[in-house]
Formats: sequence, structure tokens, C-alpha cells
Amino acid sequence: MHIPDGFLNTATAGVTYVVSAGGVGYSVKEANKKLGEKHVPLMGVMGAFIFAAQMLNFPVMGGTSGHLIGGALAAILLGPWAGVLIMACVLIVQCFVFQDGGITALGANIFNMGLLACFVSYYIYRAVVSLMGESRTSTLVGGFVGAWASVFVAAVACAIELALSGKSPLGVALPAMAGVHALIGIGEGLITAVVLSFVMATRADLLKLQKV
Amino acid sequence: MKLKWWHIGLLIAFGLAIISPLASSWPDGLERVAEDKGFIDAAHNPTFEIIPDYVFPGVGNEALATILAGVVGTLILFILTYGLGVLLKRREA
Repeated sequence: MHIPDGFLNTATAGVTYVVSAGGVGYSVKEANKKLGEKHVPLMGVMGAFIFAAQMLNFPVMGGTSGHLIGGALAAILLGPWAGVLIMACVLIVQCFVFQDGGITALGANIFNMGLLACFVSYYIYRAVVSLMGESRTSTLVGGFVGAWASVFVAAVACAIELALSGKSPLGVALPAMAGVHALIGIGEGLITAVVLSFVMATRADLLKLQKV
Repeated sequence: MKLKWWHIGLLIAFGLAIISPLASSWPDGLERVAEDKGFIDAAHNPTFEIIPDYVFPGVGNEALATILAGVVGTLILFILTYGLGVLLKRREA
């Protein structure tokens, strides 16, 4: 869902840049307050894992693929602000080193796949776990639903940005983006649940780290 | 040196980078929508290229070039996010 250069008009690109810069700046402040020794290796592994996993496009229907965003996984394990920081790092490197996502669209990409994906998934995950009670099952269900929603909401935001930029009317872009990403989100949910289940089986204490 | 949990996590990430040539090459959701709805041509080419399209430049074998790009990117991200963690963590008295 990386928006390339040329898809967004100046106003949309500018506003999302300002919001994302503010969000990342605030993430730095929050991380500075709460990040402890134990979070550091998990930050590194999450950054590496999300970058690598994003390369693995999986087919979702004839002629279309999707890949993990990873914001949900990072936010559930480390907390939403730390998740935003990790996603910003991934998106900045993808943009400048791999030419995936345009430089002018970096603000929008960090907004959609960083800020929105991390916060939507984190709070849905928390809501599911508190409704169902803390358990292995509720963690997996919350992770799946939160991750699915992160992709869906990011796709809706992307459609709105495209419509505001005059690329495609909202009535066209919204159902198209939401439809295909409702499928891609299933992949995001499954991968997130599998990784959470692996973490619970091997290092359950990592899920108990203070959320940043 | 004893293998720590996060060494295993990092190895898994590099493992994913190494299998990246298996990824589907079909367009992703946004590209598909941009093609179907007729605005794909609005995309501009990047102004500079370093490792475009996750293919390491100057490597003849495309699978190898993809693996190299993946391994380099995974390493960059590990250093960056680990380093950011070290910089930002609270100073324990």
C-alpha cells in the first residue's frame, strides 16, 4: 500500500507530512520516557522482521498480491508509540533506499501504515483481550482482529487521500481499496496471530513488557 | 556466546529475506486499484535509485539480487531500530 510519487496533490501530501512528523516526534518523546533495557533488542528484531516480512507478497486473488504491514504486530508487542517509531524507520528506509513509496508521499505512508495501523490495531487488541479476559485465545483473536482492522483502516485512509488528490472519486476508490484490503487483511491477521502464538510458546514474558 | 532469544528472532528475519524470491510478483492492492481505476500512470519515477524494486543492482542472477537486497535491508533496519532503542531508552540510575 506504499503510495508512490505523483498520486497525491500538494495539500494532501503536506497535511499528512505535518501530522506524521508530529506523531513521530511525539513517539520519540514517549519512547524516551518509557523505553527500558528489555525493549531494545525487541525494537531491533521487530524492525528487521517487519522489513523482511514485507518483501513476501502473498497472492490474494487472481493477479493481485498483498504483504504484511506489521504495524499491528509491533504495536501489540511494544506499544503503539514504539510501533510508530519502528514503522517510520521501515518506511523511511524503503522510501530512500529501495524506492518503495514516494518521497513526497512519505508523510501519508507513515500516517496510514504507521500511526493509523499501530493505534487502530493496539486499541482493538486491548478491547478484545479485556472483553474476553486475558488468555492465549483472547491474545490470538485480538491480534487477528486488530491486524485485520489495521489494514482495512489504512486502505480506507489511502482511498480518501487519493480522492482528495483527485485521482479517483471516493465512490470508486473507497470500495475498491477497502474490498481488496479486506482480503489482504486476513493475511495480516493470520501472520500476526502466528507470530504472537510463537512468542507465547517461546518467550511469553515479552508480551508482558510495559507498552510504550 | 550463548544464543539469546533475539538472536533467533533476527535469524528468522534473515531467513525471510533469503526466501524473498518466492514472493508473489503480482501487483499489490494499491497498484491493482490504480491499474483498474486508470490512475497508475500518474506515478512518477523516483528521482534517484539505490536498490530499486528490492533488486540489488549489478547482480546478474535476479533471485540472488533479491536476496542480497533483502539481507541488506533487514540489516539496515535492525541497526536502525536497535540503535534508536539504545538512544531513547531511559537512563537507569
